[in-house]
Amino acid sequence: MTGYARRAGIVLWKDLLTERRSKESLNALLFFSLLLLFLFEFALGPDRERLRAALPGLLWLGFVLAGLLGLGKSFMIERDNDCWEGLRLTPGDKSAIYVGKLLGNFLTMAVVEVFVLALFGLFYDVDLRPVLAPLSVVLLLGTVGLAAVGTLFAAMTAQVRARELLFPVLLLPAQVPLLLAAVSATQSLLLGRPLAEVGHWLQLLAVADLVYVVVGLLTFEFILDA
Amino acid sequence: MIAASHLRKSFGSTAVLEDVSFELAAGQCLALLGPNGAGKTTILRILATLLRPTSGSLALAGVDALKEPEAARALIGVVAHGSYIYEDLSALENLRFWTVMAGGDASPERLRAALRQVELDSVVHERARTFSAGMKRRLALARVLLSRARLLFLDEPFTGLDQQGRKWLNEFVLGFKASGGTVVIATHSFATGLAAADRVAILAGGRILADQPCADLSWEAIRGLYESLIDADEAMPRDAMTREAMS
Repeated sequence: MTGYARRAGIVLWKDLLTERRSKESLNALLFFSLLLLFLFEFALGPDRERLRAALPGLLWLGFVLAGLLGLGKSFMIERDNDCWEGLRLTPGDKSAIYVGKLLGNFLTMAVVEVFVLALFGLFYDVDLRPVLAPLSVVLLLGTVGLAAVGTLFAAMTAQVRARELLFPVLLLPAQVPLLLAAVSATQSLLLGRPLAEVGHWLQLLAVADLVYVVVGLLTFEFILDA
Repeated sequence: MIAASHLRKSFGSTAVLEDVSFELAAGQCLALLGPNGAGKTTILRILATLLRPTSGSLALAGVDALKEPEAARALIGVVAHGSYIYEDLSALENLRFWTVMAGGDASPERLRAALRQVELDSVVHERARTFSAGMKRRLALARVLLSRARLLFLDEPFTGLDQQGRKWLNEFVLGFKASGGTVVIATHSFATGLAAADRVAILAGGRILADQPCADLSWEAIRGLYESLIDADEAMPRDAMTREAMS
């Protein structure tokens, strides 16, 4: 394994191990997602048709809101005991840290999304099984993008005093192309259209993912040193 | 090993360091002594490449640390207030993480040997959260041992340590020096800060007021020199400004 991959891997290992032991993020995110589902149910009432029409938007709103909480916390661990400073002092390409953090955030978000998706099916009586495979492609591409841009902005705002306010204010506008493509593709798939019909949205998602990941890799060192 | 020349640092219009110059050979230890806000931590952060000086030059083991900070970082070990410890990881896991990040050999035998060296071999699998300040300091020093650091920068390392911990730390510094390493300690403690030092630089208001070999002076003489220099410097208003700028 190359030094770069080893360093990205050890950041991922450290973040997952810390999360498994502290259970700070995942428990809170799962509970938060459950609350969101209840809120949506109360807000939209018993009209199933109305619920089904709003489902793609609600689904991604749930992912984004849970993502905001999880991603915002991902660099908090580095603030304790000046670990951020220690990371700055490590020799080598700092983008390996970004890759490790991105993978950790992606996995956390994926766990939350699977949980939310299962509950959505249960709460709103929607059989997601026929569209699960194409929907997974949309979720995968959407989540990579959300995690990539979220990890970058979380690093950018981690050392800022008003980070709780600044993080969503910066992140949400940057997520617009992703959300537009993801919600539209999800809507089409839930209406029973084939994956080929949402190819243009998948292309937009893939390009956005690529742009966000490349920007993250190129700028992370400057963010860490700022 | 360290050649700092005319280092100056200012935050906006407030000068925090003024014309700081010193050289330190391999195997030597310099103690930076001064009141709060004198500029000790600023010097250490510049030496550690964590802060860029406004002007001046800095060479670490022949490497221009301002032009090639990455190359210099491979030679640096820092033990600061935070100690870079993840509270939810064990001692062994913390060492594994930082050793891999530094590109070193993180085999369990090597990590355990380092923990044995800092006398933490009985708490290898304990989480760092349960450690005392002294144990965390030792764990941070084990991290330095596992790196390729030839330069060790310690910021107020004796704070929170008991008598035994201070003695142990001084012995560690002596051992690091004996192996050819160079040490800079920022401290405001006479009794413990100077025990392993070869030279003492007295700072106030961001300037080095005196730079003396410790062998030439007794502790009482250093204390007398310190008090006379600090009193004469009228540094208090400037120190307050410095602290404000740093916060």
